[in-house]
Amino acid sequence: MNERIDHMKFLPDMEQIDSDIAAIVISEMNRYDAEKYTENDVRTALEHETKTIEDFGALLSPAALPFLEEIAKQAQAETRKHFGNSINMFTPLYISNYCENYCIYCGFNCHNKIHRAKLNAEEIEKEMQAIAKTGLQEILLLTGESKKMSDVKYIGEACKIARKYFKVVGLEVYPMNSDEYRYIHECGADYVTVFQETYDSDKYETLHLAGHKRIFPYRLETQERALMGGMRGVGFAALLGLSDFRKDAFATGIHAYHIQRKYPHAEIAFSCPRLRPIINNDKINPRDVHEPQLLQVICAYRLFMPFASITISTRECQRFRDNIVKIAATKISAGVDVGIGGHSGGEKKGDEQFEISDGRNVKQVYDALCENGLQPVMSDYIYV
Amino acid sequence: MENDKLIIGGHQFDSRFILGSGKYSLDLIKAAVENAGAQIITLALRRAATGNVANILDYIPENVTLLPNTSGARNADEAVRIARLAREVGCGDFIKIEVIRDSKYLLPDNYETIKATEILAKEGFVVMPYMYPDLNVARSLRDAGAASIMPLGAPIGSNKGICTKEFIKILIDEIDLPIIVDAGIGRPSQACEAMEMGAAAVMANTAIATAGNIPQMAEAFKKAIEAGRQAYLSGLGRVIEKGASASSPLTGFLEN
Repeated sequence: MNERIDHMKFLPDMEQIDSDIAAIVISEMNRYDAEKYTENDVRTALEHETKTIEDFGALLSPAALPFLEEIAKQAQAETRKHFGNSINMFTPLYISNYCENYCIYCGFNCHNKIHRAKLNAEEIEKEMQAIAKTGLQEILLLTGESKKMSDVKYIGEACKIARKYFKVVGLEVYPMNSDEYRYIHECGADYVTVFQETYDSDKYETLHLAGHKRIFPYRLETQERALMGGMRGVGFAALLGLSDFRKDAFATGIHAYHIQRKYPHAEIAFSCPRLRPIINNDKINPRDVHEPQLLQVICAYRLFMPFASITISTRECQRFRDNIVKIAATKISAGVDVGIGGHSGGEKKGDEQFEISDGRNVKQVYDALCENGLQPVMSDYIYV
Repeated sequence: MENDKLIIGGHQFDSRFILGSGKYSLDLIKAAVENAGAQIITLALRRAATGNVANILDYIPENVTLLPNTSGARNADEAVRIARLAREVGCGDFIKIEVIRDSKYLLPDNYETIKATEILAKEGFVVMPYMYPDLNVARSLRDAGAASIMPLGAPIGSNKGICTKEFIKILIDEIDLPIIVDAGIGRPSQACEAMEMGAAAVMANTAIATAGNIPQMAEAFKKAIEAGRQAYLSGLGRVIEKGASASSPLTGFLEN
């Protein structure tokens, strides 16, 4: 146990940027006390046309739960104002599940005995062809976090192939340095999402026992390095249920807020994952983050940053997903397979990261959106 | 009214309502266009590029003029490239320039907009720049070859109405190009107000897209815009324009 590295100290290959955002986010989060807000604070927040940081805090507080219906109505109005009835569709493609990290809640963690695999260029292309046939034009490439098994060049090649079949290429891979992001951007990716998991560094340390991911501050600066590397948009998320979810959601919003102020052109996105059971551990659950709390968090993100894209994961069930896109989410995945090599109909090569709850294919999700009066959008982006 | 044409870059239109196409279901576009009597419809090229599923181009009636916009462009170079792409995919020569590098309010970057206008006007595009209403910028856009000027009334999607009214009036007074109020118009009465002021046309999207009955709201806008135009052409009453006059004449002393 003593061999664990200092989670607050950058490793030699990790770029250190000159930015105070991480420190500001942590200090604002530490000051945040969800219990101090009253009914009155929530009413005040609801009355403000533009929500302040304090309002955001109030909307995330337990005092806001009784106002959930009103909050949802306001969130819906904001969503419609900024996005109309458009909902973007995409699917994630896992190209490798090798991982060097030891994150105790994740199915890909390096000590979990699962089938590991990595797709080669030909296999990636085959998977992408199969996905493109469904009509999707946006893809999210994912890997486990192993820079050895899926190096920057490998991910870059995958992006190049993706650009042949898709209009929008996003990445959810290990955090990189800004020059690596620049390279990946040149290869065709434009959006980077990295989940901070939890913004509580003490808790973080107990969950991420080994690997690059253990270094908390390096992960916290990922979005900024991605923007410095020329990426167009960045995604933020806390894995709700790991720690105090209200504090984590607050930090996630504040993080995005400060990044947007510093980089006003950046497109901001939120994901709202809750913990899910994994292979060899079906006991994992998101504890006190029940559906009302999840809805509260998503609506608070919407009201605080009305222009941000919000993605709803297949971790949630069909009923929740079909309803949240009517209120606050603007992006939904479909035809999801979180294992390796499952799209093109052949035998799956590697195991899944977590259990999904909504296994509907692209057409089923598309039809459900239409039935709800929403307009599925396959591409809202143009590479120039 | 019959001979009252909107002329943009040498093209004539009877309708003074430019309809947006984003933010609502594709299968409602046709009805909205028809009820609005719109002859120009905008579309984001980023939504329109090829694709078999939910391609907006498949839903736009053939008899309307496409006004592709460069949304997504963060600088002049990107706007120019999107405009060229729009022409390549058959969207015609009209281009609405939107250069935005602010993801929160979506306010246009006037400086980059001027640069893009200059380049695209030289390439023969009918350039319609979306801009923040600034007289000096409007003059530069005119000199750069813009076919019309599209000042914002309020931030996109805000439905706040013509918050920039006084500045748009200045553009109407000073710039001899069609001034088309774009963005921020939330209700037909506001569209009517813009037309009464002397705007050449009005563009609306969110106001219609978020209405309960989209085709019906499109028609309401059509009527409001026509009413406002007719009021403008009729000349508003002196009471509204000048206010009440003093009871004893100021020049009375000349008689003494």
